[in-house]
Amino acid sequence: MAPSFPPSTRRELLLRNLPLRGSLLRALREFFWEEGFLEVETPIACASPGVEVHLSPFRLEGPGLRHESRWLTTSPEFHMKRLLATGMDRIFQVTRAFRAGERGDRHNPEFTIVEWYRVGVDYRAIQDDCERLVQHLARVLGIRESPEIPSVRAALILEGPWPRTSFQEAFRRAGAPDPFPLDPEARDLLLVERVEPTLGRGRPEFLVEYPADQASLARLSERDPRVAERFELYGAGLELANGFTEVLDADEYLRRCREDLEARRALGLVEPPVDMRYVEALRSGLPPCAGVALGFDRVAMLLLGAARIDEVLAFPFEDA
Amino acid sequence: MYETSDIRKGLKIKMDGDPWIVVDFQFVKPGKGTAFTRVRLKNLRTGQVLERTFKTGERLEEANLEEHRAQYLYNDGEDFHFMDQESYEQISIPRKVMGDAALFLMENMVVDILFYEGTPMNVELPTFIEAEITYTEPGMRGDTATGATKSATINTGATLQVPLFLNQGDWIRIDTRDGTYVERVKK
Repeated sequence: MAPSFPPSTRRELLLRNLPLRGSLLRALREFFWEEGFLEVETPIACASPGVEVHLSPFRLEGPGLRHESRWLTTSPEFHMKRLLATGMDRIFQVTRAFRAGERGDRHNPEFTIVEWYRVGVDYRAIQDDCERLVQHLARVLGIRESPEIPSVRAALILEGPWPRTSFQEAFRRAGAPDPFPLDPEARDLLLVERVEPTLGRGRPEFLVEYPADQASLARLSERDPRVAERFELYGAGLELANGFTEVLDADEYLRRCREDLEARRALGLVEPPVDMRYVEALRSGLPPCAGVALGFDRVAMLLLGAARIDEVLAFPFEDA
Repeated sequence: MYETSDIRKGLKIKMDGDPWIVVDFQFVKPGKGTAFTRVRLKNLRTGQVLERTFKTGERLEEANLEEHRAQYLYNDGEDFHFMDQESYEQISIPRKVMGDAALFLMENMVVDILFYEGTPMNVELPTFIEAEITYTEPGMRGDTATGATKSATINTGATLQVPLFLNQGDWIRIDTRDGTYVERVKK
């Protein structure tokens, strides 16, 4: 991508946005410490980056990596759940995650992820966390009605509860066909083209009750097994967070990995190893828990009124 | 063949038989879902602009385009004749292909001719040209502030709107992209 600003304008933009980004980061840590969370750190160079079909990991090169591969993490989730299995019950971290090829106005291949887990709750408690966290950040920033945040009414960020809208209802509302009978690719296309732009207008909005085949690592609902206990948070059409009630069953996890790996093979994609230490952690007993990954850069975009992710990054990918 | 990761502004691709240029593009992806590239394309033959969404991994055909610099010689009423500045071969362009470029063409003007699969498809004039006003109503002094305009004919035969203070015999600069008056020039 070509630089979006002449250097002098970009410099002014960074001198405005980076201090605000720093305050958000500090406020975010304070929020979690006050909620009784422990801040943890997990590896960025890891043995398995996950096997999801639509994530492309960076593979590392170097001495000692011929027999045992190392990858840049696409998400800290596996390590964090291994920590839950050791007995921790409320943990968070702020770290970098890497997804090759994801570059655009809303994507940078290296990005800042905020991930947290609670033991003994389901995904609704995590939705509440998200809402309170983003409201806390908005208050710290001193957000008020502002022409700089045209698509989100700032007052509405502070005014809860934010709507929880089912996947099916969001499609219906956007005038799109019922997503359940569609194949996942057609559904994704409708989601990005038609539905996402309508989400989180006014106040932010949770998209809940994903179709079971989009469960990722979410538990299927006991009420309705056609849907998974997975949610995404949207603000002004921008995807901010993805969370779920976790799958606890090792065999179920392995089954989903096998499906993903088969799909990867069919597409000619690299097949990273399944994280067997995570499977062992599941077998040893992961307590019932729920967690979420929140894109910190995206939240900064929303609260600072940035149209492009580069506006909140000191050094975008091409400049890294 | 290009892949979706090759998509850049200015990339020229072939689609439905026509050459298209990428005007703008956007990477879109639901966090855990399929990645797409939404592309805004302009048809280099018709000028039509449309949006297309490509799935990551989809392949796009390269458009076989060549640009030749050529000098205008004359027209015979049907075709416009140019000389290729490298090969010195003559190139004939039908009036239909010339389009609005014919309005501002002058003898010896150097233009860029775009060939698609060997056929001339578009003629691009210099962005700014200077031309003499051959006819307009007499000038009115002192009326430069209102922005009022009158019609004027220039030495290529084209007619455009100019400010009231200009006279027959004046030289002006014209933006050929939209055929508008830019400023008066001294000759």
